[in-house]
Amino acid sequence: MAANPQRPVASTRPLSPHLTIYRWPVTMMTSITHRATGMAMAVGAAVLAWWLISVSNGPEGYDSFHAVMDTVPGLIVVFGLVWSLAYHFFSGLRHLAWDLGYGFEKKLAERNSVIVFALSFLTAAAIFAVFFTGHGGYLQ
Amino acid sequence: MNSGQTPLHKVRGLGASHSGTGHFWRERISAVALAPLSLWFGYVMLGLAGTSEVTALQYLAHPWNALLMGAFVAISLYHMRLGLQVVIDDYIHSAGMKIFLVLMVLLAVLVIGGLSLFAIIRIAAL
Repeated sequence: MAANPQRPVASTRPLSPHLTIYRWPVTMMTSITHRATGMAMAVGAAVLAWWLISVSNGPEGYDSFHAVMDTVPGLIVVFGLVWSLAYHFFSGLRHLAWDLGYGFEKKLAERNSVIVFALSFLTAAAIFAVFFTGHGGYLQ
Repeated sequence: MNSGQTPLHKVRGLGASHSGTGHFWRERISAVALAPLSLWFGYVMLGLAGTSEVTALQYLAHPWNALLMGAFVAISLYHMRLGLQVVIDDYIHSAGMKIFLVLMVLLAVLVIGGLSLFAIIRIAAL
């Protein structure tokens, strides 16, 4: 195959500073985490589809889902998905607020970054605390 | 057809993607819809955690709950496709790989959505 004439020729000249050189501000962390949790929930969508199918398949189907997800690795995955949804929810609200023009000043954006992280972990921990203390399953 | 617009006016503001702000706007609209639906989804999942298959079946068989779950799945997948599109656009620079991944995302969305909606309808019809 012929070489792509538009491909830039590798240069030995110095490059301008890129991602690796900067101190990581917390706003960078929230941005990357928003994207990462979104990608993680693509896996979550597949798990949800599997759960819905297992419910529709009767007791055997339901048991086959729980046989996999009630294990320690399964619960770690579920915790990851619960936290991802909580994070993406709070961070998404922050993005919507930004789109409306609120909270975008440097100090405010840094502060609400920390708040988003804290709220996401608290929410995920609270949901698991409710479940493990036997207060889940209230729709029975 | 003469729309009264000059070619420059038609293309101005659409940018390099040729689609303007449509993608951005649809992502925001679906996000606004998903915010309350996610709260409902969390409430339901925690409420069904540790219960039997019959509880989940009966809860999801209720028409309102089936509709809400269907909306949550459908809008989530729509939002997911828009979001993953941006990730692909940002990180994949070869045209062939980009087209391949965009098609894979579409396929995943259709398969996951089809299976989920089929299961919801099946539960509601039981």
